[in-house]
Amino acid sequence: MANAFTRWFDERAPGLAPTYRKHMTEYYAPKNFNLWYYFGSLALLVLVNQILTGIFLTMNYDPSATGAFDSVQYIMRDVEWGWLIRYMHTTGASLFFVVVFLHMFRGLLYGSYKKPRELVWVLGMLIFLVLMAEAFMGYVLPWGNMSFWGAKVITSLFGTIPVIGKDLVEWIVGDYLPADATLNRFFALHVIALPLVLLLLVVLHLAALHEVGSNNPDGVDVKHGPKGNRWDALKPADAIPFHPYYTVKDLVGVGVFLIVAAFIIFFAPTFGGWFLEHDNAIPANNLVTPAQIKPVWYFTAFYAIVRMVPSFAGTAVWGVIAMFGSIALLFALPWIDAGKVKSVRYRGTGYKVALAVFVVSFLCLAIIGMDLTDEYLPRIFGSDIDLTTWDNVIGRIMTLAYFGFFVFLWLYTHLGWEKTKPVPERVTTHD
Amino acid sequence: MACKYPESLMANEVVDHGRRRFLTATTAVVGGVGVVAAAVPFIKSWEPSARAKAAGAPVTQSLKKIEAGQQLIVAWRSLPVFIVHRSPEQLAALPKQDPRLVDPKSNGSSAGQQPAYAQNETRSIKPEWLVMVGICTHLGCVPNYVGEMKPEPFDPNWQGGYYCPCHHSRYDMAGRVYQGVPAPMNMQIPPYHFVDENTVQIGVDPKGAA
Repeated sequence: MANAFTRWFDERAPGLAPTYRKHMTEYYAPKNFNLWYYFGSLALLVLVNQILTGIFLTMNYDPSATGAFDSVQYIMRDVEWGWLIRYMHTTGASLFFVVVFLHMFRGLLYGSYKKPRELVWVLGMLIFLVLMAEAFMGYVLPWGNMSFWGAKVITSLFGTIPVIGKDLVEWIVGDYLPADATLNRFFALHVIALPLVLLLLVVLHLAALHEVGSNNPDGVDVKHGPKGNRWDALKPADAIPFHPYYTVKDLVGVGVFLIVAAFIIFFAPTFGGWFLEHDNAIPANNLVTPAQIKPVWYFTAFYAIVRMVPSFAGTAVWGVIAMFGSIALLFALPWIDAGKVKSVRYRGTGYKVALAVFVVSFLCLAIIGMDLTDEYLPRIFGSDIDLTTWDNVIGRIMTLAYFGFFVFLWLYTHLGWEKTKPVPERVTTHD
Repeated sequence: MACKYPESLMANEVVDHGRRRFLTATTAVVGGVGVVAAAVPFIKSWEPSARAKAAGAPVTQSLKKIEAGQQLIVAWRSLPVFIVHRSPEQLAALPKQDPRLVDPKSNGSSAGQQPAYAQNETRSIKPEWLVMVGICTHLGCVPNYVGEMKPEPFDPNWQGGYYCPCHHSRYDMAGRVYQGVPAPMNMQIPPYHFVDENTVQIGVDPKGAA
């Protein structure tokens, strides 16, 4: 009903209302979304949380090597509700990775990266990459001892590149060691440059998705199924409007998620040293390495890969190549996997086993990267075992399994080894 | 009807596509050069500043109070520099490590890791004094000094040396890296010289040395 106000608006911005309809009330999504489909909207929720709490943190944070650590303590102790805002930000960072990992695993389960959604997947992977850079730089900002040494180790990854490595590290760090200059530029990147890129990528990710339409647990394209639903005779029969149906469903997910998040924020904000590391409660000191240097949990799997590859030919660059390769391969997944069947429900046994092995290898690498093996292996095999050797043997097998997933998947689908089940015509839960 | 414009400006004139392509290409190239030139100051602004470079002055340290087997860490260019008074036992163990090392003579992968005057078995000017940048050659952590010769969890046959807490790289008492660890090279020996019997200066080569 066009009252005077909406009429005034429509005359001046005639594209707004159709855009809203296209992406909300007339965006038809398959009706059979399950639990795995909560994590996209939850990632958006966490992004909003990070931006909001981040803005308020910058109001009291001092991005200098002399002031950063104290200003974080000031936020925690003296700023009214500062502790809550900071814990929302730090817990949000970890939960961001929880929901993003699950969101990505959903893609693997149901083949959401396959044609015609390659671009959605690649844009999503770019988001993941920017998110990792964002998380790393945010981790450096409190300028605790783990911040400093984390910055040192991660920037040194670039130092392993032959010939230009040393100069490249000095360029990134702006000094001979991570220092004031490093902290300042990481702050600039963390609070403005990367969030802008991230927001743009999220918009593109959603735009690309809405262009081709959402996948679903059956991996069948509802656009190719019968037409005509309750709202539109020309739209897919097995789809429902995103708003209000999925917005309401997602609100349930938001409720559960917020209960979990609130529990962590109020009762276990450091999460036993997993979300906030104990060694980071000590100010940065370039002369004392913490006894154990390990990244926050969401980086540990990739970090373990660096450690598992020995140096040869006089350079340590191979481990770094392997680590970046482990992420680069995910980008290429739509082309590595040539299987025509999308959903794991109808794919061959080989894919199911390979996916399980892939998940196990990722989790094992994460555990090794957390140095938990130093704690558990002696309990299992006795205290006189050679930890370095065991760590390396298990870690190298898991690294091979991680990369083996992609090799196997390529062979399995390109050479036609996969025996798939028949895919139904329509989503299995239609009326 | 009277025509307001000269014939040559009318739209029905043939377009010279070659000229248009040339103009488009040259405009793009000149514009591109401008963009690259404008990016240089921004990229250069990330280099260490004049203040950071000036902070790299030499450091002088007295050796009088360092007992045999002890290590002192001093900061030079914000880098931790280990000064170790090696005991006769530690020195005696050095040649025995050779078969287990990546580059025992520091003339292979580690050829650039020390000045020529420290390229010897002990990687030092005087055998008992080790002066070394305490930065692991893997990813830049500071290895822990584990000087005692006793079995360690990471090596039952430990003969003293360094153990990196980050990725478990191991070095002997001359900063030479063991085989089978992630670090590729021996740790770096900085330029240094002895001002007198009991004083060392880090950051300056001995007189006459390159």
